[in-house]
Amino acid sequence: MAAETSVPASGAGGAGERDSSHGIRIFVVWLVVSLAADLLIWFVLGPHLPPGDEASAANGQQFDIKVMSVMAAPVMALVLVYFSYSLIVWRQRPGDEEDGPPIHNNTRIQVSWITVTTVIVLCLFGFGTYELVNTAGAGAGSGQGPSPIVNPPGAELTVAQQTAPYTASKPLVIQVIAQQWKFTYRYPQFGGFQTTYLAVPQNQWVQFDVTSLDVIHSFWAYQLGVKADANPEVNNVAYTKPTQLGSITVRCAELCGLWHGAMYDYGTVMTQSDFVKWAQHSENHFADITSLLPPYATTYDPTEIAKIGEVELKLGITGANGGYYPPNDPSQP
Amino acid sequence: MSLPVRVGTLLVAFLAVVGGVIFVVIHFLLAGPPTVDYSSGVAPGQAVNLMMQEDPQNTVSNHPDWVSYFIKDPKTGAWVHTTLFSVPANTRINVTILGYDGCTPLRNPFWGKVTGTIGGTEDVNGKPVKVINTWDGCNVGHTFSIPGIGLNVPMASPTTVKANNELCGTSPCTSGPHQTMTFSFMSPKTTGDFFWQCRVPCGGGFLYGFGGPMQTIGFMTGEMEVVS
Repeated sequence: MAAETSVPASGAGGAGERDSSHGIRIFVVWLVVSLAADLLIWFVLGPHLPPGDEASAANGQQFDIKVMSVMAAPVMALVLVYFSYSLIVWRQRPGDEEDGPPIHNNTRIQVSWITVTTVIVLCLFGFGTYELVNTAGAGAGSGQGPSPIVNPPGAELTVAQQTAPYTASKPLVIQVIAQQWKFTYRYPQFGGFQTTYLAVPQNQWVQFDVTSLDVIHSFWAYQLGVKADANPEVNNVAYTKPTQLGSITVRCAELCGLWHGAMYDYGTVMTQSDFVKWAQHSENHFADITSLLPPYATTYDPTEIAKIGEVELKLGITGANGGYYPPNDPSQP
Repeated sequence: MSLPVRVGTLLVAFLAVVGGVIFVVIHFLLAGPPTVDYSSGVAPGQAVNLMMQEDPQNTVSNHPDWVSYFIKDPKTGAWVHTTLFSVPANTRINVTILGYDGCTPLRNPFWGKVTGTIGGTEDVNGKPVKVINTWDGCNVGHTFSIPGIGLNVPMASPTTVKANNELCGTSPCTSGPHQTMTFSFMSPKTTGDFFWQCRVPCGGGFLYGFGGPMQTIGFMTGEMEVVS
């Protein structure tokens, strides 16, 4: 930056050209480029930035990326404009064998640069922190752990609340159960049925209670803007509000073993009436297996399989290399 | 050292390095279980009869204490230590699986429900079954699940203490207590590779029972190759 004010003795501007002329030129070019870049980012590129705007959390993330891009573009433009200006104006001419002028420190420019960039970073820090905890009033779509800091109206955090009958005025609770290598979804407000298909209603808060039955996974519902770690014996709560009808792609975003790459599935954002029909149909369809599932809980202990331990102990059977995995597993070879 | 000796030494060293690389590539990178061909010679509209067995061990491998599936070669009738097989697209696949292994409960009993088969059922020793409660007794050894087509079939196991104490001890099993599961499904219309797995945590000694044989092709997981 110090070279900014050290005008070469010879150059396009010629000897004696004042520093301020270069400064004004650079500023004008930078202003035009920055303005054009920001307008393009906000109005042209912005609506296409990931992860789209199918849900509140996704929309919030897209907004954040747009804001950060708009703030970063002028900084990048300044570097590029200054670099280009230097190459064009202060380049070495044919036959010019003269050394360049000595470069001196310029305290004013250094302080200005540090101050401006510090202010930008602090503003982004404040903006990012606000957005992280308060996007659309319900977090940023990432897991907030079992005790979320911010919750949408009517959030259901206890098992008793979550298993209460469904109403459209409260968040729909969906338990995401990750296991090698498939997500299943449990709907406690509809009798606790479990399915491999993710369906959510439009214009209603959805509360994902994410957990795992084995290793660490990550539930990434791309179009919903939700990415929450799935840890065994941990309930990781994430919220989103689907605003547009459409499909959902779910992937595991945490390397989880041999078939991690194949751990994906699809879902749908439906109208509320379609969702209720689907949920009631699924509740009936899965009634036979739902009656065999353990009672709904926010987490399940992967080292214990309820009842069967007692059954096998009573029978004296260890099964296929053991049916009960004690807490001291694993033992790797 | 004379020139011929130096050249010879260099040549030997070069060949040793090349040989080592070839050995590593062949032995570790290209080695794998064979694919049993169930796709050749199948007339349009003709069903394919796939036969497998699951054993308490795999005594024909270097992991004799790992549980394992085997696939029967339709041409030779021999049981093959592999979990890879190919089938034609858009074809009815009639599957018979002999369940020689003992019981282990599912971690998630949801997988006790039969899904993706024609009719939504499997036959266990000839009796149609839709759901098996694996938490209610000694009744399931493994599952055969192809997530890509929504197929999930629990594999019944010998149920009594006596039978579980007399399981077949040499692979591939030809005798001993077992259950016979039969079911059918339609292969996908599009070609591609579809992985399949067991959902019972039967990899004893590994993290949550899901390492070792559960994550090694040739034992409790593999691929169905759908060809045109």
